[in-house]
Amino acid sequence: MSIDPINFLAFLGMAIVTYFTRVAGLALAGRLNLSPRAQAAFDAIPPAVLVAVIAPSALATGWAETAAAAIAALAATRLPLLAVVAVGVVAVVAFRAVM
Amino acid sequence: MSTMRDDIRRGLSDIWPAAVAAAPIGLLFGAVAASKGLSPLEVFLMSVMVFAGGAQFAAVELWATPAPVAALVFSTLLINARHILMGASLAPKLQGFSRWQKFLGLYYMADENWALAEKRARTHRLTPAYWFAMVVPFVAGWLVNSTLGATIGAVLGDPKRLGADFAFTALFIALVAAFWKGRVTFWTVAAAGIASAVTYRLAGPPWHVAAGALCGLLAAWLAAGSEARARAVAIEEAEA
Repeated sequence: MSIDPINFLAFLGMAIVTYFTRVAGLALAGRLNLSPRAQAAFDAIPPAVLVAVIAPSALATGWAETAAAAIAALAATRLPLLAVVAVGVVAVVAFRAVM
Repeated sequence: MSTMRDDIRRGLSDIWPAAVAAAPIGLLFGAVAASKGLSPLEVFLMSVMVFAGGAQFAAVELWATPAPVAALVFSTLLINARHILMGASLAPKLQGFSRWQKFLGLYYMADENWALAEKRARTHRLTPAYWFAMVVPFVAGWLVNSTLGATIGAVLGDPKRLGADFAFTALFIALVAAFWKGRVTFWTVAAAGIASAVTYRLAGPPWHVAAGALCGLLAAWLAAGSEARARAVAIEEAEA
């Protein structure tokens, strides 16, 4: 059981920026007036970041991964979170076996 | 007039379904973090210090040895930027909180307890008793489950064998679906995905995150603008 110093540095940096985002609202309350366009861009941050993080594994790894990602995306339109994960994992194992 | 006891009971009963739903996600997070070489103690530390599910998943996906600190912090800042708006909306409702209760309480503001507090504030005065009754079990659950997941994951071995390396990708696809808001999201996702994959091929990690995220935001900005214009034209035509 050990703590790598560089890992700890990463945790610390992540914790500081996260805490900043959580308390920044105290200073901004009532003063934040975003245009509808800026609001749309702000709302788009979570999906944009999530997709940017997984795109290499979904689109640039192999056909098995890309096909499994497509099936997971289809499943995501009707199934709850954990079911989508299960479908994606089973699909990638099956595609890797046949491709 | 609600007493402190009532507020505590109310907070506990409001948060427990969210805490139960988060349990398997915590286990999954710990298991995949272990597959990237993080020890259970490190997983516990990250959860207690950062406490942000989406950002922690993204971080572990980017994790390497040695840790790419700047990319991890940048990705965390981007993913958690939504907290700024959430906090700005919640702040005026925290009048019953002392200064230190605000600064301590907001440390563990997450999507779930924020949404429940906003809902509570519509009909009741938001009290520290209610807030902390939600936060304490929710945070404790995330810590226990992510650490337990890391302990189990370390025993399971190579996650690729079970397809568990793909669990992230599938989880993120499911999370994107939860943020879906129609056409603007479609262009966001398309631009972010293509820009990220191309950047990954040409420049390599970790640049794909910044490039993909910024192209996604730009696409959202452009798509929202054309939507607003289309609406304005429709209104003009209707008036003419």
